[in-house]
Amino acid sequence: MTDRHERLRVLAAAQWRIAVTLTAATVAIYFGFILLVAYQGPLLGRLIVPGLSVGILLGALVIVASWLLTWIYVWWANTRYDEELRRLRE
Amino acid sequence: MTDTAIGVPNAVSMAFFFLFIAVTLGITYWAARRTRTTEQFYAAGRSIGAGQNGLALAGDYMSAASFLGIAGLVSTTGFDGLIYSTGWLVGWPVVLFLIAEPLRNLGKYTFADVVAFRLKQTPVRISAAIGTLATVVFYLIAQMVGAGGLIRLMFGISYSSAIAIVGAVMIAYVLFGGMIATTWVQIVKAVLLLGGATLLALLVLAQFGMSPTALFAEAASIRGAGVLAPGQLVSNPLDAISLGMALMFGTGGLPHILMRFYTVPDAKAARKSVFYATGLIGYFYLMTFVLGFGAMVLVGPDTIRGVDAGGNMAAPLLAEVLGGTPLLGFIAAVAFATILAVVAGLALSGAAALSHDLWVHVVRKGHSDAIEQLRVARGATVLLGVLAVVLGITFEGQNVAYMVSLAFAIAASANFPALIMSIYWRGFTTAGAVASMLTGTLTTLVLIYLSPTIQIDLLGNASAWFPLRNPAMLTIPLAFAVGIGVSLLARETAAAEAFAEVERRTHLGAAAE
Repeated sequence: MTDRHERLRVLAAAQWRIAVTLTAATVAIYFGFILLVAYQGPLLGRLIVPGLSVGILLGALVIVASWLLTWIYVWWANTRYDEELRRLRE
Repeated sequence: MTDTAIGVPNAVSMAFFFLFIAVTLGITYWAARRTRTTEQFYAAGRSIGAGQNGLALAGDYMSAASFLGIAGLVSTTGFDGLIYSTGWLVGWPVVLFLIAEPLRNLGKYTFADVVAFRLKQTPVRISAAIGTLATVVFYLIAQMVGAGGLIRLMFGISYSSAIAIVGAVMIAYVLFGGMIATTWVQIVKAVLLLGGATLLALLVLAQFGMSPTALFAEAASIRGAGVLAPGQLVSNPLDAISLGMALMFGTGGLPHILMRFYTVPDAKAARKSVFYATGLIGYFYLMTFVLGFGAMVLVGPDTIRGVDAGGNMAAPLLAEVLGGTPLLGFIAAVAFATILAVVAGLALSGAAALSHDLWVHVVRKGHSDAIEQLRVARGATVLLGVLAVVLGITFEGQNVAYMVSLAFAIAASANFPALIMSIYWRGFTTAGAVASMLTGTLTTLVLIYLSPTIQIDLLGNASAWFPLRNPAMLTIPLAFAVGIGVSLLARETAAAEAFAEVERRTHLGAAAE
């Protein structure tokens, strides 16, 4: 029982680390983008190819990054986290 | 006035509109026979699959403000509108990482279930209900005002009868079909909205050799290179950051979104449903890039502003240019379905706060039989429906996007901090929770009243006492600080001891004994 309790604490700590790290990454990416928009307007207006400015590319990348971060979490949870939960329930 | 069929009732939009009403009322009839218990009424019997809930979450979230508002904003300002496209999405990863699974494992029907899990029921439930109802009411006003204006513009019927129709149909969905009907209305709406937006985007891109950059380049050559760069909309950087905070943390405090996690069988399904929702919503916002710039090039900002000063008719006008009256009719019906579905979800979450939190747990102290609970929930639904109609008519002409950002600010300040602290912090106390939720709600309301939007734009004063249009930058940290400070002032031993059970249930769920 105490062993199970200890293992749950370890799992909870691991889940918290992953959740906080990924949340921090999301916050950093989005507010990094907003700060660039607010203070580096001319840079974002620069064209990479005709029609595609740095700003539009970064905006799209914020969306892609959000997908990627959720995918990382779901992949971790579906494999590692669920597996350990399954063992804890036995 | 421009040459457009908008504002003239047309057969196609009427046909699509009545088809949507007929199908969704049919679903409601089917759902009504499966809605006999409170668990079915509030949580669809916990039988919704992860994929279905992902679509329904997307349906609940993609309101008319995002479809019509962002497309309009991009079409008239270019890049500046895209700031919103990204902002509306980034709350979803946060919901996945911190909220979805614990919420499903700890609660029953409302987010107050989670906050009150180890704290004193009565004060926590009352404060949470205040935060919930404040969020729901402002969101409802925004949707109702949007619906009235939209339907009047599209079908040419009067504002108040448009509002009354929305109210009546929404009450029918929720009253008879509960969460089962509401979920399926969201799913139908999400498929229509994603399908309609995809169709429009493909038709736009077909004119530019299927190349988005060719479209953007054309926009820059007609309207100047400035449309591809940040412009005057972000003249105040603090405003942009504050709005961003409201959007990012408000998503995790929206009662109608949080309630959806109770409709799935377990935490794993909740997790997967956020993953699907993030994919769908991100895809939708990427398409707003194409729709917005498409409307800028093919319709033109002056024409768009000529029909509606707020730019809200950009997407319907684009549809008319691309596919004539039939496509306009289809997109008009989709926009209407969008509003109707969001309103139903909001009403159900508001009804849950009134009946489950206030009636069952505060008035009846948890002792209420199933028949009474269902009766009170249905009474609350009718009450909220009537209230929504009255508010919609009272607030005619208000700025819709601003009302929505206000709802997000309240959700982010009143609900999100208390929810996070109750799940993750052992030392959180009843007094801390109550203080945090009330501070979040009240400071947001007061600062909004003192903001330039109310003081200068609305009341015509020369200056505003508070400089930011959205107060989230101040009110979110304040709600956290007050919650932590008050909790540290006086410990609550029982709550701290019960935290072990919170930790266990957060991961293992109620089923694990």
